[in-house]
Amino acid sequence: MHDPGRSAEAQGQPILSIRGLTKTYASGFQALKGIDLTIRRGEIFALLGPNGAGKTTLISIVCGIVTPTSGTVLAGGYDIVRDYRAARSLIGLVPQELATDMFETVWDTVTFSRGLFGKPRDPAYLEKVLRDLSLWDKRGSKIMTLSGGMKRRVMIAKALAHEPEILFLDEPTAGVDVELRRGMWDMMRGLRERGVTIILTTHYIEEAEEMADRVGVINRGEIVLVEDKRTLMRKLGRRQLTLHLQSPLEAIPPALADVPLELAEGGHALVYTFDVQQESTGIAALLRRLNELGIDFKDLQTTESSLEEIFVSLVRSR
Amino acid sequence: MNVFMNVHAIRAIYRFEMARMWRTPTQSIAAPVISTSLYFIVFGSAIGSRIAEVEGISYAAFLVPGLIMLSVLTESVSNGSFGIYMPKYSGTIYEVLSAPVSPLEVVIGYVGAAATKSVILGAIILATARVFVDFGIQHPLWALAFLVLISVTFCLFGFIIGIWADGWEKLSMVPMLIVTPLAFLGGSFYSISMLPPLWQKIALLNPVVYLVSGFRWSFYGVSDVNVAVSLGMTLLFMLACLGVIWWMFRTGYKLKA
Ligand SMILES: Nc1ncnc2c1ncn2[C@@H]1O[C@H](COP(=O)(O)OP(=O)(O)OP(=O)(O)O)[C@@H](O)[C@H]1O
Ligand SMILES: [Mg+2]
Repeated sequence: MHDPGRSAEAQGQPILSIRGLTKTYASGFQALKGIDLTIRRGEIFALLGPNGAGKTTLISIVCGIVTPTSGTVLAGGYDIVRDYRAARSLIGLVPQELATDMFETVWDTVTFSRGLFGKPRDPAYLEKVLRDLSLWDKRGSKIMTLSGGMKRRVMIAKALAHEPEILFLDEPTAGVDVELRRGMWDMMRGLRERGVTIILTTHYIEEAEEMADRVGVINRGEIVLVEDKRTLMRKLGRRQLTLHLQSPLEAIPPALADVPLELAEGGHALVYTFDVQQESTGIAALLRRLNELGIDFKDLQTTESSLEEIFVSLVRSR
Repeated sequence: MNVFMNVHAIRAIYRFEMARMWRTPTQSIAAPVISTSLYFIVFGSAIGSRIAEVEGISYAAFLVPGLIMLSVLTESVSNGSFGIYMPKYSGTIYEVLSAPVSPLEVVIGYVGAAATKSVILGAIILATARVFVDFGIQHPLWALAFLVLISVTFCLFGFIIGIWADGWEKLSMVPMLIVTPLAFLGGSFYSISMLPPLWQKIALLNPVVYLVSGFRWSFYGVSDVNVAVSLGMTLLFMLACLGVIWWMFRTGYKLKA
């Protein structure tokens, strides 16, 4: 879907560049406080954040639905206000709220979307979109006769109808069953292979873990973290070893003061935290020393902190 | 895509809006035919038999342009407002707002479709009236020009109401409390010259008087006010509506947060 006419330089540019973006709603509420964010061409970017963090506001501004208070946004190098035509032609949006015409057929509504975004008719392309979303059989059905999950797919089909280069998915898998969610993940991967950049918001952390190349966390209108997902998991992904003791301890023995240990469960458990990336975990040494000190344990387990925990700790620490 | 005009978008919106009309033929076609017939039976036959002639025209024939105006005005306002209010209400407006379309293109699409419906409606009423009354049209081109101009103008006015209204009540308030009374008092059923002198002056404050008068002139060559004034007033009102719409889009009034 790359425009061959565009220079190689442009291809290397970020597809989306957000600078100093703020939004104060008419109510006086400041939903965005100076957002700086760069999205790379062709990546899947997951935007995480608690309810009311400003995810939808951010997306709505980029798409032209909400007016920014200050700041600039460039989509494919085009200013979203000054060059709105060029910028918006590149963008497809699946909003958070289900909003579709009820009396239209699936086929009519995707045809409408394509025309609205200035593209000439292309039934073959639209057929492909509907087939990819398992909607082809429903093309003649009125939208009101579809299930919620199908309606959401119709909204995705509408967003894809004009062959966008950037796709915003605002909680695409909310209220979608597990199988369908996997189907959507496959679809997103397929789109990325064709060079489409995807920015998605989600409350399912495992979705971000599964799909994203990079993760951004927004909290109270501020970006608190943007990181490559793998780096993030590695950097913050700590593992913990929990040892359930035979007899409870009052305190960590002074002999073990140099080891990152904590007492848990009222002295019945020892928790050892270590980094996954470290060459040696230090577990063997720890167990040896415990043995020397005569501390017996009846059970042990290790846990790996997930993106979810990272996320929760990030949002909470603010 | 054309750099200057997103023609595909205009066509998409226009088609979508026209499809809505064909989905509800009872509301868009049968209803006006029935109500016009009723007007002719009640006013044309029952009352008309007591009023011999108005300005040298049979009362039934005199009624025709007024009745067309009455329906076209109210239908234009309601169609114009409904077209843009519906997506606002259902949330589908997000798509239009996020599309590479200029306000002008949005207006051409929505108002163009609404005005087309009004012109079709005018033609249907004209044809229905012909069943009841014998009449001719002296200046058919002017009649068409007035019909189109007035349809567009009042669809624009409806469009403004559709953007302004944030509930169904508001949506029907303006047509019911302002447009219909003005249309009824605008000389649809009588000549302004039939009123007492004071009321004649008051009537001239009613913009609908100018429309009905101009339209009737195109039929029979008689009018309450000068035709040029009629035309001027219509154009003025149209420009005012366009100005308001331009402002609404520029500020995002009730469209964008
Ligand atoms: N039109 C509006 N007027 C005033 N405040 C608004 C408006 N829209 C959103 N807000 C406020 O802005 C903040 C951010 O809202 P937003 O919808 O962007 O959050 P979100 O991150 O998408 O949340 P969620 O995960 O629940 O979808 C919230 O506090 C919300 O109440
Ligand atoms: Mg949201």
